[in-house]
Amino acid sequence: MATQTTQSQFYANLKRYYSFYTGGFVAFVIVVGILEQMGVPNKVLGYIFLFATIMLYAGIGFMAKTADVAEYYVAGRRVPAFFNGMATGADWMSAASFIGMAGTLYLSGYDGLAFVLGWTGGFCLVALFLAPYLRKFGQFTIPDFLGARFGGHLPRFIGVLAAVVCSFTYVIAQIYGVGIITSRFTGLEFQVGVFVGLAGILVCSFLGGMKAVTWTQVAQYIILIFAYMIPVVWLAVKDTGIPIPQIVAYTHSLPKITALENEFNDKASPKGSKEESVRAIFRERSAAGAAKLKGLETGGATFLAAEKQKLVDNAAALRAATEPPADPKAIDAAEKAVKAFPADAVAAKAAWTAEKGLGARAAPVMHHAEAFAATGKTQEEVEKNRGIKKKNFLALIACLMIGTAALPHILMRYYTTPSVKEARQSVFWGLFFIFLLYFTAPALGILAKYEVYTHVVGSSFASLPAWVSNWSVVDKTLMNISDINGDGIVQLAEIVIGGDLIVLATPEIAGLPYVISGLVAAGGLAAALSTADGLLLTIANALSHDLYYKMIDPNASTVRRLAVSKGLLLVVALIAAYVTSLKPGNILFLVGAAFSLAASGFFPALVCGVFWRRANWLGAVLGMSAGLGICGYYMWLTYPFFGVNAPLWWDINPISAGTFGIPAGFLGVIIGSLVSPAPSKEIQELVDHVRYPSLEGDIDTAGV
Amino acid sequence: MQLTEKHHKYWRINLRITGILLAIWFVVTFVMGWYARELNEINFIGPLGFYMSAQGSLIIYVAIIWYYAHYMNNLDLEYGVHEGELD
Repeated sequence: MATQTTQSQFYANLKRYYSFYTGGFVAFVIVVGILEQMGVPNKVLGYIFLFATIMLYAGIGFMAKTADVAEYYVAGRRVPAFFNGMATGADWMSAASFIGMAGTLYLSGYDGLAFVLGWTGGFCLVALFLAPYLRKFGQFTIPDFLGARFGGHLPRFIGVLAAVVCSFTYVIAQIYGVGIITSRFTGLEFQVGVFVGLAGILVCSFLGGMKAVTWTQVAQYIILIFAYMIPVVWLAVKDTGIPIPQIVAYTHSLPKITALENEFNDKASPKGSKEESVRAIFRERSAAGAAKLKGLETGGATFLAAEKQKLVDNAAALRAATEPPADPKAIDAAEKAVKAFPADAVAAKAAWTAEKGLGARAAPVMHHAEAFAATGKTQEEVEKNRGIKKKNFLALIACLMIGTAALPHILMRYYTTPSVKEARQSVFWGLFFIFLLYFTAPALGILAKYEVYTHVVGSSFASLPAWVSNWSVVDKTLMNISDINGDGIVQLAEIVIGGDLIVLATPEIAGLPYVISGLVAAGGLAAALSTADGLLLTIANALSHDLYYKMIDPNASTVRRLAVSKGLLLVVALIAAYVTSLKPGNILFLVGAAFSLAASGFFPALVCGVFWRRANWLGAVLGMSAGLGICGYYMWLTYPFFGVNAPLWWDINPISAGTFGIPAGFLGVIIGSLVSPAPSKEIQELVDHVRYPSLEGDIDTAGV
Repeated sequence: MQLTEKHHKYWRINLRITGILLAIWFVVTFVMGWYARELNEINFIGPLGFYMSAQGSLIIYVAIIWYYAHYMNNLDLEYGVHEGELD
């Protein structure tokens, strides 16, 4: 990628390189498929995919190594719109999008669509409010813009802080995804998987910064979109012969699913009566659990001992019975029950709370397409719960959208295009490439549900579909199926599915060979690695460029700046991997926190910086700190993780903490700006500068 | 750097198109989300409320961004604030 070539030649070369690359990748998959047919074991195929793709990313990273500051920070500002779109797609789509989304939609139906809407519609805000203006401004990071637009070190510093906090939270979720994928497909331990993945992330970004990350992200996008589409298209073909899942799902599968849902819920129908028999058992167990919990609360240790004695007596009675002798199986079960009895009150409480929770599995099947399905004892309560769901659905969409338009690792991508014109076009390409996956995910959720409702439910436990028995052996949290009512036939209420299963098992459901499962793993890995790359680079750049170069040592040489940046990259990556290996809990918690924090911290200041000339230093400082402060405070109050568990404000879930942070941010900017003098003439000129792609006698902010 | 009346007009047109597109964005996201249950009564490639949130709105988002890029890149030329060719 010589720097002497003109932009159009460069573009033509890129198209050629990536066409060859795509062809090469397809050939590679075919070769692995042939290996599989020759009898190479699945685990080896998993390793081949893992190491071949990581080597590939390392190779691209090595070829794109650079010592040039502009190339390191913004890929030399010559990434064509089309390719920047692909890089944005990979940067954007994380492990959660690739592996988790279709499963979320399978499990929560309409209400899960908040993620689909939020993570795509946010790009409208990027396009209309930020991308072209940030590109005109130029420079390297988002804190750069805050520093120049509002003046002084403080806005830049808060920007650095916000960028580090939200990117770090988000990167943990990505490395977590990397660990899960590598451990699942190669049998490595989770912790080892995390560090293997980390090596993969570092080889991309270490030598070439943004330039290397950009070209690996394009490569990663191509892998992940193939990996996502092939099994889904195949599944649609298998069901109907039509290779367009996005139509098949709504016209063919959804009506059938709806009919089956009605049948499952109708106790008079054959299917419904069987479901009801399972539900009755769950209700019974739940009631028993509740009763024991109550006994424990009032009786304490005495109750616990008495309960245990009952089981011991029961086992003894069975053993002692001679006339007729008890079934050996029943004796076995009774003894197991004694052994499994909780050792102390704490364990008993946990076990019985779980038992009580089985009541949830006795609930009727929710309609997949029904929006804001709610339950309640009276019609009034149903309406109230529905209102809360609706409010949270919309609040979550708003937070995810505005967070999208504020996450620095995405906004940074618009610094890398050659012009404002291409920045605008590249938002289009970016959303287009993201859209390809996001409009497939809801269809996949439906196709998978159709499969479960028609081919798993009603089959006999003796001859389950192969994918069901395979996955229930591999991981009980993903596929848990047991004959609750003992009729030998699978009922829907007897199946518990973990969301991640849907994407991981689709190749097997569609009857594709293992090579495609390996491809899906490689796709998930690409999605997680590419996002982690972008995030780590954002953190390292904020620290090295904004904190070190702009605030601590403005005279640092180029060599020194890059050395600091690379050193920080390494340190941040190691810290992130270390924190991840501790398994700090819920991924959704981390993702939600990242979006709400970014939305509250950055969005008001950035948008007002472009659209409101009057916005000034005090406004930015107040707005950003109020946004971050309120959002963080609400999370601290309400996330179970922090243990405060204060009542919710207006029933808004903690994941949508930005609902309060964003207005606080805007209010802060407005009040702060109005009580202090208007910004200087230079800064007002800067505003004009970013608003017009080109002006006569324009100032130059992009100069390095 | 002195802004002319033409420049101000360019910015006003930009604000107008931004506002219009933002209104469309708002309707397909929040208004349609609010009335999702009511829309589900209508059948259009499945229940309409579900279809819009799963696919229809997404298509409109892509269209909004495409139109904005197309419109503004032409407006730049018309008002002489476009960038020079890079080659």
